[in-house]
Amino acid sequence: MRTLRAVLPPALIVVALLAAWEAAARWDLIADALSIKPFLVPAPTDIAVAIWEHRGRLADNAWVTLQEVLLGFAIALVAGAYYAVVLHRWPALRRAFYPLLIGSQTIPIIVLAPILVVWLGYGIGPKLAVIALICFFPITVNTLDGLRAVDSDVVRMMRSLDAGRWQILRRVEAPTALPYFFSGAKIAVAIALIAAVFAEWVGAEAGLGHMIRISYSQLLTEQTFAAVFVLAAFAVALFGLLALLERRVAWWGGEGDGP
Amino acid sequence: MRATPEAPVEEPQSIRAAGEDRAGEAEGSPGGAAIELAGVEHSFGALRVLGGIDLGAAPGEVVGLVGPSGCGKSTLLELVAGLGDPAAGELRIGDAVDARERLARCALMPQRDLLLPWLSAIDNAALAPRNRGASRREARALAHPLFERFGLAGFERSRPAELSGGMRQRIAFLRTLLAGKPVLLLDEPFASLDAITRGEMQEWLARALASEARTVLMVTHDVEEALYLCDRVAVLTPRPGRVAVELGAPSPRSLPRIEAVTDHEFVAARERALLAMRERA
Repeated sequence: MRTLRAVLPPALIVVALLAAWEAAARWDLIADALSIKPFLVPAPTDIAVAIWEHRGRLADNAWVTLQEVLLGFAIALVAGAYYAVVLHRWPALRRAFYPLLIGSQTIPIIVLAPILVVWLGYGIGPKLAVIALICFFPITVNTLDGLRAVDSDVVRMMRSLDAGRWQILRRVEAPTALPYFFSGAKIAVAIALIAAVFAEWVGAEAGLGHMIRISYSQLLTEQTFAAVFVLAAFAVALFGLLALLERRVAWWGGEGDGP
Repeated sequence: MRATPEAPVEEPQSIRAAGEDRAGEAEGSPGGAAIELAGVEHSFGALRVLGGIDLGAAPGEVVGLVGPSGCGKSTLLELVAGLGDPAAGELRIGDAVDARERLARCALMPQRDLLLPWLSAIDNAALAPRNRGASRREARALAHPLFERFGLAGFERSRPAELSGGMRQRIAFLRTLLAGKPVLLLDEPFASLDAITRGEMQEWLARALASEARTVLMVTHDVEEALYLCDRVAVLTPRPGRVAVELGAPSPRSLPRIEAVTDHEFVAARERALLAMRERA
């Protein structure tokens, strides 16, 4: 019953949107309004057919993209957590590097991605670099906020209980930061897919981004949308997995009365 | 009448003896260490919080500090605990003067229980042994008998969120005991509890302290609580805090609370303490 109540509203919204889209596309409402050819506006059912017809190619390309996303995301998780701990542990480093961290986010990825391809070639390297670079920021910033959210009274109490700097980090600061880390990771995983498409767009031999670019240049709009649907499904699934994992390993985050 | 520093100080002769008796009973827990405060002053910026505190506690003695809000009681405890150094004056615990050495001899129980929500009750209680390098198993083995002794058996595995305020406070007290330090510093241990639980917890703490040889410095704004639990009570003036008057315990701690607090000597002592606080305010 609870599952139903959780799943029903978003499912209804999605179905209603798809139905509206279907109707608009079937009766050429969108194409007429935009004065374009009707085949440029595929209906959801056309896209579903395209997904089924091109399932082999979609699966191959999706697998490539998924590998890039998981690996790039994993790099960002480890690097982000590590960086946050280092910046937290040494405030002088935080003051020195925090502006750089923010600055790194202002580099337009549209500029950086082609340069990375020139430097690192057409392989998985530039994809991982782009994904990790984009995911790194929300993970680091959230984890750093979490490490700093510790009640100073708890730190004093721990010092009185013979805790050293690293024990305070391990027993108090890290568990306090864990729910924050998950918040950052959930934001990051959704944008990781965008980053992957972007990196593939610039130069790749496979992947959903590559497939979107090829089908788009040939005006195969059903195939373009088919790949986008698969991407969206990945984003929802990865986000859901992270949320499940969070509930298992950082369950105190939602209690609201931390120390 | 104005209570002055020269106001009669009741010499707690019987109290030291009581402290030594307790030292004999306790096994496996450290004996107390003497505390000496001489002219301790402290300020936060321009705000003078402590205006020269002179106070002592014999090994095993339980000394209460009462005073109006903001008179620097908690600050004083933190200074004693070695979490800072006073602006002036001397703090000595046994032979330790240096903040680091004081930190090694004191365990501070803060106002709020501050239990870590991700740890079970027993792991919260056993934090100090863990910090000193004991394995989780060893630390739990140390904490386990105390859960039995203090009426918490069966709650070892509970999460803090599942426990009542009184239970949480008991675990916070065990956590402080398990630090194994000769001096316990209790900062308003029951301030967050309702009146009924508070009364029960005072009786509980009276029994718990009776079986411990440690020196205890306890801050509270509740005069009755201090007189009931402590061998001796120092009443502080409003900021900048100074000791206005010291009172001996009017009744033995073995009395049930309701008998102790209705005893006419107890009532008289309470009124004297309140008067001292009010006239200074």
